[in-house]
Amino acid sequence: MNKVFLVIQREYLARVKKKSFLFATILTPLIFPTVMGIFLWIAVGEEKGASLRIIEVVDENNLFFLESRDQYAFSFSKVDIEEGKRQVQSGERFGFLYIPKIQLDNPSGITYFGETNPSMTFIADMESSLKRRIEEQRMMESGIDPKVLDAYRTRVSIQSITLDNSGNEKITDATINYGIGFFTGILIYIFIFVYGNQIMQGVIEEKSSRIIEILVSSIKPFQLMLGKIIGIGAVGLTQFLIWLMLIAGVSSIVIGYFGMQMPQQTAMELASPAMTEMSNMNISNDYSEILQVIGGIDFVKIALTFIFYFIGGYLLYGSFFAAIGAAVDTPSDAQQFMLPVTIPLLIAYLGLFVFVLDDPNSNVSFWLSVVPFTSPIAMMGRASYGVPFFDLALSMSLLIVGFLFTTWMAGKIYKIGILMHGSKVNYKTLWKWIKMN
Amino acid sequence: MNILEISHLSKAFENHVALKDINLSIPKGSIFGLLGPNGAGKTTLIRIINQIIDANEGEIFFRNEKLHPKHIPFIGYLPEERGLYKKMKVWDQLIFFARLKGMSLDEAKSKVNFWLDKLAIQTWKEKKIEDLSKGMAQKIQFIATVIHEPELLILDEPFSGFDPVNAELIKNEILELREKGITIVLSTHRMESIELLCDQIAMIHRSELILSGGLLEVKRKFRNKIYKVILEPRGELDVPKEWKSITIGNQIILEVPLQQKSPNMLLNEMIALGEVQGFSEIIPTMEEIFIQQIKSHSYE
Repeated sequence: MNKVFLVIQREYLARVKKKSFLFATILTPLIFPTVMGIFLWIAVGEEKGASLRIIEVVDENNLFFLESRDQYAFSFSKVDIEEGKRQVQSGERFGFLYIPKIQLDNPSGITYFGETNPSMTFIADMESSLKRRIEEQRMMESGIDPKVLDAYRTRVSIQSITLDNSGNEKITDATINYGIGFFTGILIYIFIFVYGNQIMQGVIEEKSSRIIEILVSSIKPFQLMLGKIIGIGAVGLTQFLIWLMLIAGVSSIVIGYFGMQMPQQTAMELASPAMTEMSNMNISNDYSEILQVIGGIDFVKIALTFIFYFIGGYLLYGSFFAAIGAAVDTPSDAQQFMLPVTIPLLIAYLGLFVFVLDDPNSNVSFWLSVVPFTSPIAMMGRASYGVPFFDLALSMSLLIVGFLFTTWMAGKIYKIGILMHGSKVNYKTLWKWIKMN
Repeated sequence: MNILEISHLSKAFENHVALKDINLSIPKGSIFGLLGPNGAGKTTLIRIINQIIDANEGEIFFRNEKLHPKHIPFIGYLPEERGLYKKMKVWDQLIFFARLKGMSLDEAKSKVNFWLDKLAIQTWKEKKIEDLSKGMAQKIQFIATVIHEPELLILDEPFSGFDPVNAELIKNEILELREKGITIVLSTHRMESIELLCDQIAMIHRSELILSGGLLEVKRKFRNKIYKVILEPRGELDVPKEWKSITIGNQIILEVPLQQKSPNMLLNEMIALGEVQGFSEIIPTMEEIFIQQIKSHSYE
């Protein structure tokens, strides 16, 4: 065991001491906010800098009115179609909307001419304005006053509370659960790929530089493989720990700064201007509810589950990556064996979005979160909603059995593969190696 | 005493037999030459001794005990294909390999220092392997092989990649290690280093052991009882057809088979023919024995 520890130590230090580790660790958390920031900056700049886009509207019904917005202004006139088109072509107008005489129960033939393909939101905006006007008109015709109808519009929101066996009540909110499941699931998916690849590269390096021959004359191949997987996993955990501390540090600074600058409510209003239009009473209610929901989530349990599946999933796939590295001579040869790794991971990834986060208690979700190849990712989608004890226990024990099995199988491929050079390896040869003693 | 005793060792891979019923004894303190053409099975044998792979049949005894992973710290191995971690510093690398062989950290540190001093390369300590030349890296590799003071040292083509100066250095290190009682197994194609260094040899060809024993013993076995005579003949000499002869000035160099005679009788015959300037037995070189053996076994 002492030797396994030596290998772990070497793998760990060799990576952590590298400058690239330091850069990646510090820069990665900054990349996403930076990219988002750049996009926002461009978008804001565009909005501010853009000249007003004027759209010529010809309405044969004299019925519609389109309200001008930040970037778009609507000018109503009675020019004919050809003239409207000409104005667009010559650049005098950004677009030309032509509304022919229509029947209100079956409006058709409304056409937009533009020099460029209009964005979906722009078209949808115009469509909804026109639709609202047509609906109002038809209501009037059938003797309903739209104002009366508006008065009847009510906002309903269901507060969902989960009851556990001991009768404790918890306020829950699917959106927050969704967010947690989404985030943790993706994190595990990325972790497996990034660090699994490092395992594979490391094995290929040892094999192609022939260090392997010296290594295996001092240590059992299985120990070597295990040491490598654990060592690289430890590098990953260290990196995440640093990120966690960075995020905690930065966000506490940010919250501290903004918290002093403005009261919470203003911050909320700033965050979503739309909400201010609703009654102010509602805001404080919603806000305290969110706090209650967050308070109701068992973060310790989710964190523990996350760590378990994080490590379990990594170990399960890590040994696969090690076996692939051992079977090939160069990284480019590894492509042909990547399928058994990428397919189940992709299934888990897609399953998380399509099934698990949508309905964590469906049959598909159950199976996805129990089968060891998909459970590390899929279970995180369920974990934030709360998982029955039986499901969790079954999934965890299957994952342990699963990674013991894959490690055992990978060990056999690894043992033979690392000493094979220049021979063509396919799935058939791998199978032979597994069957060998 | 034999440090290594190999009996009835066989190994077959999926498509071919690599070793067939090999029996070998390697005496303690000897330099043992392992010969054979490429693909003969030498590397397989070495890998089995290093417990990298298992034999199908047969047994190996190390110091009269059945070979076991606990013997790993007593064996040092320099593979033919050299390799070190390119991005790792010389110091870290040597400490890692020493500890992998079971040394404590303190032991490892003092031994690494000892070797860096001995080869006068302390200044390389903080260098990465990728920054060293091939010869320099080879030296580090050699240190990594002997750092844990093994009792049995297996060197596969130890001189390849060294310039003559460094090859000499390594040769002297090998001889020095032998003085300390370390047994060395030398696998090489260089017959001149076999003749210079080895006491014992074994030759493997097509998975089989075709020759083994002490170097002199083997050479004697292959002598053809032909004598080289340098003669200044009196008058015209009538050279028999089966004698090879070269005339240089007034000297004639003859290769004369002994046949049924004793060397003294032959010498007397030669004296009768003229002035004998030189008289010695022609002993074949290892290279000649090697080529002759491989050829004769290939035509069987």
